[in-house]
Amino acid sequence: MRDRRYLAILALISALTLVAAACGDDDDGGGETAGTGGTAATGAVDCEADEFGCVEIAAGAPIQVASLLSISGETAFLGTDSNNGITLAIDDLDGSLDATPGQVLGHDVELVQEDDGCSAEGGQAGATALAANPDIVAVIGTSCSSSALGVADTILGDKGILLFSPSNTNPGLTSEEAHQPFYFRTAHNDLIQGAIVADYVFNELGIDTAATINDESPYADGLAAAFRGRFESLGGTITAEEQVNSADTDLGPVLNSIAEGEPGAVYGPNFNPVCALTATQGLDILSEGTVQLGSDGCLESAFIETAGELPAGYYYASSPDLTVFAEGAFYKDEFLPAYQDQFGSRPTAVFHAHAYDAANILFQAIEEVAVDDGSGNLTISRTALRDAVQSTADYEGVTGVITCTPLGDCATDVTIGLFEYPNWPVEGGEEPADAVYTDTKTLEDVQE
Amino acid sequence: MGTVTQEPTRGGQLGRLERLPWRRIILVVLSVLILAVVLVGAYRTLTLPEDQAYSGARWRNFIILGLAQGSIYALIALGYTLVYGILRMINFAHGEVFMFGAFGAFFFADAYEESGFLDSNPIASLAILLTVAMLTSMGVAVLLERVAYRPLRNAPRLVPLITAIGASLFLRETARGFFGPQTRGFGVPTALEGTWTIFGIPVDRIQVLVLVTVIIAMTLLSLFIARTRTGKSMRAVAADSEIASLMGIHVDRVIVTTFAIGGLLAGVAAVLFSLTFESVNFFMGFRPGIAAFTAAVLGGIGSITGAALGGILLGLLQSLGPALILTGYEIPSPFQLKDAFTFFVLVLVLIFRPGGLLGTGDAEKV
Repeated sequence: MRDRRYLAILALISALTLVAAACGDDDDGGGETAGTGGTAATGAVDCEADEFGCVEIAAGAPIQVASLLSISGETAFLGTDSNNGITLAIDDLDGSLDATPGQVLGHDVELVQEDDGCSAEGGQAGATALAANPDIVAVIGTSCSSSALGVADTILGDKGILLFSPSNTNPGLTSEEAHQPFYFRTAHNDLIQGAIVADYVFNELGIDTAATINDESPYADGLAAAFRGRFESLGGTITAEEQVNSADTDLGPVLNSIAEGEPGAVYGPNFNPVCALTATQGLDILSEGTVQLGSDGCLESAFIETAGELPAGYYYASSPDLTVFAEGAFYKDEFLPAYQDQFGSRPTAVFHAHAYDAANILFQAIEEVAVDDGSGNLTISRTALRDAVQSTADYEGVTGVITCTPLGDCATDVTIGLFEYPNWPVEGGEEPADAVYTDTKTLEDVQE
Repeated sequence: MGTVTQEPTRGGQLGRLERLPWRRIILVVLSVLILAVVLVGAYRTLTLPEDQAYSGARWRNFIILGLAQGSIYALIALGYTLVYGILRMINFAHGEVFMFGAFGAFFFADAYEESGFLDSNPIASLAILLTVAMLTSMGVAVLLERVAYRPLRNAPRLVPLITAIGASLFLRETARGFFGPQTRGFGVPTALEGTWTIFGIPVDRIQVLVLVTVIIAMTLLSLFIARTRTGKSMRAVAADSEIASLMGIHVDRVIVTTFAIGGLLAGVAAVLFSLTFESVNFFMGFRPGIAAFTAAVLGGIGSITGAALGGILLGLLQSLGPALILTGYEIPSPFQLKDAFTFFVLVLVLIFRPGGLLGTGDAEKV
C-alpha cells in the first residue's frame, strides 16, 4: 500500500519532468531541400599526402558540419544565437532566406550540435566527442574563449579538424605563442574592442579614472587587460583591478572596495548575470555619476531581463556594429527579418552574423577543395580545406570585409559601437538601437 | 531499531591521541601563526597611507553588506541545522528548497510588477510574496522528506546523504526544465529603493528589511522551539528519538514539522535574497546552500544559535575578510579569494573546534 503511494508520487514527478522536457526547444523543422550549389572538381585526391587524411562523403549523404557552442546554461543566449546564424547560412545556400535549406555541391548540410558549456571542461568534452567522429568536416565554435583556448583548438587541431569561431575574442587564441594552425575566427580580437571602449571613456566621456572588474574567464580577463593597456597609454589612471567569480551573486563587497578609489567609470567585460548584477548592485554602492561599461558578452537579452530599468547614461555595452558596412542593407532588410521569422525573436546576442559569415566562408572553401569522383562521392582533404580558409581575402561578409591572417584572425578591420542601455540591438532592447559612438580599427592599429 | 548509529569507541582513541604532546604543540604553533598572519594583515591594512586606506564609510558598508548577506545565510543554515539535530543527516537539497521558494515568489512579483500592484501596495505585495515563497519552499521540503528521505529512515547514514545530493540535482534540473536556464529580474517595489537614515547612517532599505525580517523570524523560531508543545517534542526527538517515541511522541510527524519549518525559513530567505540581488535563476540555490551549510558547521551543527551566529560570521568574513586582511599583504584583486578565505576559516574551525563554535565539543564527523 505504502509503496504504491510512493510510486504514484514518483510517477507524477516523472510525468511533470517529461512535460518540462517537452516544453523545451523544438528542433527546426526539416523542410524540403532546394538548390544544388555548384559543381565540384572531378578527379582523385592524394589523401596519403595529407597528414590528417580526408573526409569522404558518399553520394546522397549529407556533409556533416558541427557546431560547438554554448547552448545550455547561463550563456545559452550566446550560443543559440550563433547557431541560428549557421542555420541561416545553410538556408541561404540556395540563394534565398526562405527556411528551406540549400545544398553544397549537391549534398545536404547536416549540422551536428555539441555544447561547449562556456567552460574549459565543456570545450574538452564537446571537442573530444567531435574529434572522434571521422565524418565531421569542420566545426563552427566555440562560443566562449575558455572552451577553445588550449582545449578545443588543440583537440580538434590535432585531428586536422578546422575550428572556426564566431565569438571567441580572447587575444591569446591568435597570439604567436598559442595559435593552433587549424583555428580561425570571424569574431574580432579583443585588443580592438578594449581599445575602442578605452577611447570612448577617455576621449568622449572625458573620464580619466577607471576600474576594471572581470570574472575568471580568458575572455573577460583579456578584454579588461586590453582596456587597461589602452586607457593608461591615453593618460588615464586605473584605480582598481578586481576579479570576481562568474558564479558570484553578491558583488556588494567588491564594488564597495572599488568605490573607494572613486573611479569615474567601471569597466566589467563579463558574461551575464555578472554584468547585470554589477550594474544593479553598483547603482547603490558606486558614487553618483559613475558610468559602467560592459562588453559584447553583456549585450544580451538576459541583461535586460535581469537589470530592468537603469538610469539613462549609466550603462553602456560595446559590440560589433554591423549596420555600417556595405552589406548593412542585406543585414537590415533580409537577414534580420528572416532571423525574426524563423526563430521567433530578435537576436539574443551579437554573434549571429559572425557565425553566418564563418559558415559561408567554410561552405565556399568546401566547394573549392572538394573533389567529386564522378558519381557524386566527395573527398575533402583536411589540409587543403584549412589552406582554402586561410587564403580567404577581401571576402564581403555581413560583418565587414574579411581577410584571414596566418594567425587565424579573419576580422582584421573591425567596427565596434557603444550602445547606451536600454537602446540595444537585441530582443528586449528599445528602439532606436543605434550606437552612440562607433569606431573602426585594424589589428595593426592596436598591436604596438 | 535505532535511527542514529553512534560510534562509541572512536572517541576514546581520539582522546588518547589528543593527549599526546606533539599534537598539542603543532596545534598551538599553528594557531599562533594564523593569528599573527591575521593580525599583521589587519594592522597593515588599517595603517595604510591615507590615500590608499578605506574610509570609515567603506568599512561601515562592508559591515552592513556582510550582516545582510550573513543573516540570509543564517536563515538557510537553520534549515540544515534543524534537520541535522533531528535526523543526524545533512539535507543537501536544502539549497534547492530555497531556490523553489524564490521562483514561487518570482512569478507573483513579476505579475505584480506588470500590473503596478508592487509599487502601489508594497506592504501587501511583500506579505503575499513571503507567503507564497514560504508555502512553496515548505511544500518542496515536505515532499522531499516524504519521497526521498522517509523510505530510507533506517538505512545506513551514508544512504540518505547520497540521496540528498541526488535530490538536489534532480530538483535543480527540474527547475531548469520548467523555468529555463536564464537569470530573470526580480521586481523590487519603489518604496524599497534608496536608503533610510538610521542613527545618522544611510542604510539601503532592502538591507534594513532583511535585518528586521531575519530578527523577527529568529525570534519566532526560538519562541516556537522553547514554548510550544511541538517545539518540545522536536527537542525531545533531537535528544533521543527512540525514547521520545516511547513517550508517545509521533516521531514521523515531528520530522515532517522540522522539514516544514526549515522550508518556511528557506522561503523567507529566498524572498530576501531575491530582493537583495534583484534576480532569480535555477542555479541560485547552490552557492548560498553551500555557504549556509558552512555557516551551520561553523556555528556548530545541530545548534540553532550556532547556525545564526555562523551565518552572520560567514557573511561578515566574506565581506570584510578580503578587505581587512588580504589588502594588507597587497594581494591583487583580494575579493577573488573571498570563497577560498571562507573555506579556509571553516577548515580552521574544524581543526580547533571540530564541533563548531557553539557545538558540544565532542567531535562528530560531518
